[in-house]
Amino acid sequence: MSYDKFTILKSTAVPMPIENVDTDQIIPARFLKATERKGFGDNLFRDWRYNSDNTPKKDFVLNNPLYSGKILVGGKNFGSGSSREHAAWAIYDYGFRCVVSSFFADIFKNNAINIGILPVQVSETFLDKIFTAIEANPRNEIEINLPDQTIAILSTGESESFEINGYKKHNLVNGYDDIDYLQAMKGEIQSFASASVY
Amino acid sequence: MSSQPATLFDKVWDAHVVRKITDGPDVLFIDRHFIHEVTSPVAFLSLERRGLQVMFPYKTFATADHNTPTINQHLPVQDPLSAIQLKALETNSGKYGISHWGLGNPKNGIVHVVGPENGITQPGMTIVCGDSHTSTHGAFGAIAFGIGTSEVEMVLSSQCIMQPKPKKMRINVNGELGKGVTPKDVVLYIISKLTAAGATGYFVEFAGDVFANMSMEGRMTVCNMSIEMGARGGMIAPDETTFAYIKGKDRAPKEEAWDKALAYWKTLKTDDGAGFDKEYHFNAADIEPMITFGTNPGMGIGISKRIPVTQELGSGRSSYEKSLNYMGFQEDDGMLGKKVDYVFIGSCTNGRIEDFRAFASIIKGRKKADHVTAWIVPGSHVVERQIKEEGILDIMQKAGFELRQPGCSACLAMNDDKIPAGKYAVSTSNRNFEGRQGPGARTMLASPLVAAAAAVTGVVTDPRELMN
Repeated sequence: MSYDKFTILKSTAVPMPIENVDTDQIIPARFLKATERKGFGDNLFRDWRYNSDNTPKKDFVLNNPLYSGKILVGGKNFGSGSSREHAAWAIYDYGFRCVVSSFFADIFKNNAINIGILPVQVSETFLDKIFTAIEANPRNEIEINLPDQTIAILSTGESESFEINGYKKHNLVNGYDDIDYLQAMKGEIQSFASASVY
Repeated sequence: MSSQPATLFDKVWDAHVVRKITDGPDVLFIDRHFIHEVTSPVAFLSLERRGLQVMFPYKTFATADHNTPTINQHLPVQDPLSAIQLKALETNSGKYGISHWGLGNPKNGIVHVVGPENGITQPGMTIVCGDSHTSTHGAFGAIAFGIGTSEVEMVLSSQCIMQPKPKKMRINVNGELGKGVTPKDVVLYIISKLTAAGATGYFVEFAGDVFANMSMEGRMTVCNMSIEMGARGGMIAPDETTFAYIKGKDRAPKEEAWDKALAYWKTLKTDDGAGFDKEYHFNAADIEPMITFGTNPGMGIGISKRIPVTQELGSGRSSYEKSLNYMGFQEDDGMLGKKVDYVFIGSCTNGRIEDFRAFASIIKGRKKADHVTAWIVPGSHVVERQIKEEGILDIMQKAGFELRQPGCSACLAMNDDKIPAGKYAVSTSNRNFEGRQGPGARTMLASPLVAAAAAVTGVVTDPRELMN
């Protein structure tokens, strides 16, 4: 599924200073029963967001009207656990286009990029600065510049660069995906397969 | 192949690179692809929208497991959404000519149990599935890992995925394991030392006496949980134990093809002098039966130990406190004697015959504790048959236990096997995340021996006390 192009994103951010946010929290297994990719945002962080009677939990950040935006900022080891791409779908469907953390679990990071969410890995120090800036004023904006590979806290002017490989960056900036790439090299794959021992 | 000393991982990875992209990932050819009902429907849908075909249908294998009931499998599936997913798997497999072992098929079971059981999993392969516990197949010296649905679509349409080559880590455990210490304890111990993110970005090779002396079932348990320390996957060099396990299996190479395969598989080991980015050494004698006390698999301790008092500050401390609060535990609490409401034996981690033998060795001649609800779920129909043939079912029934039908069951609680909110479960599965086994459920991960001891005593118990 090709996706929207990603270049510069300027937005307020939603802070979630919790470590080891696993994909079972992002979307619990009982909401994985759909056969189409739609509506997952409604169940994003379901059990942290809603009580068992489906009333919103007031102290959870997504239920706090002070916080909104297209950037989710999480504690370290974000997205650990299950490989369910539904976790990335839920984050996207809710309206986020970027997740910032000091450390991402591998599979989640891949899944996010594959559907057009940019995972931005920053230092622990910079992550703390972001949390502090949002705490000071939830309207403070963060700017993510993918072509330049920088993330900035606009209220303080502090910024940091982040890593992404050239291939993935090109894909995100242009809205291409891996399937486009692989389809263009089918002949090469076919020859490789002919020589396979399995 | 270079003449430089290479690791097992390098040998297998490098043999599968179709194209290297400068400043980008490798295009990696995939030998075996497993699919199940939950993470494949959207991939098929997208394939159809793009008008693409499945490139090599015979390299993909479908089995239904995540979302299946573990009782009355002969009746129509009650949950309409689950029924739709199961039907979608059957229809998609049929449409593209993919082998499908649906509910009721004698080959059906958990994907990571049936793959090895049928000889589909072999040394030196690249194996993927839309399930993080695909790392299980690394026990055979394969590179095996979980992928997302977009990648499932890539494998279906091009038999390749695109990923950068991970860094390499070797974890050595040497010496002899003590009484009551199982492969599950070994891996829970390793994860407790490395933390739940300690191997992120790495592919792990497990090496040393402990793994060399381990059965294939045990190796699968260990590799299964390599994802729980964040590793892309884990693998163990194939040896005589591996070859003996595979020989004669349904889809294993036969006759001349076997000899040829064997000659190749014997080259699949890390050369002396090959480099790792990180290496750990542990002593088998330091490991005791393990149990988890928190909400990630890194939060494990020896069963006789007390819950650690955290030294962390800031978000580390608040996350730790949140976790203990969810579990209803305190720092410095002992684990022994804590009340247990549910016991779950099963999953791709511990749902193989050896696990049920271990369970039986403890419950034999004892009775299930009255207040404990026990779900005993084989990993496949083959395991179910073994349980019956070996007389384990008999032992279970005399002790007041019932055997359910194969599936992922309470490991992820997608079906009806959900632990109720606030209840405590000792579980042989792989994740103790909040709500993993049902909203509000409190999970303690442990070996089948520890789970069996809890099932008969009703509290967290050191299984060594019940062993002869």
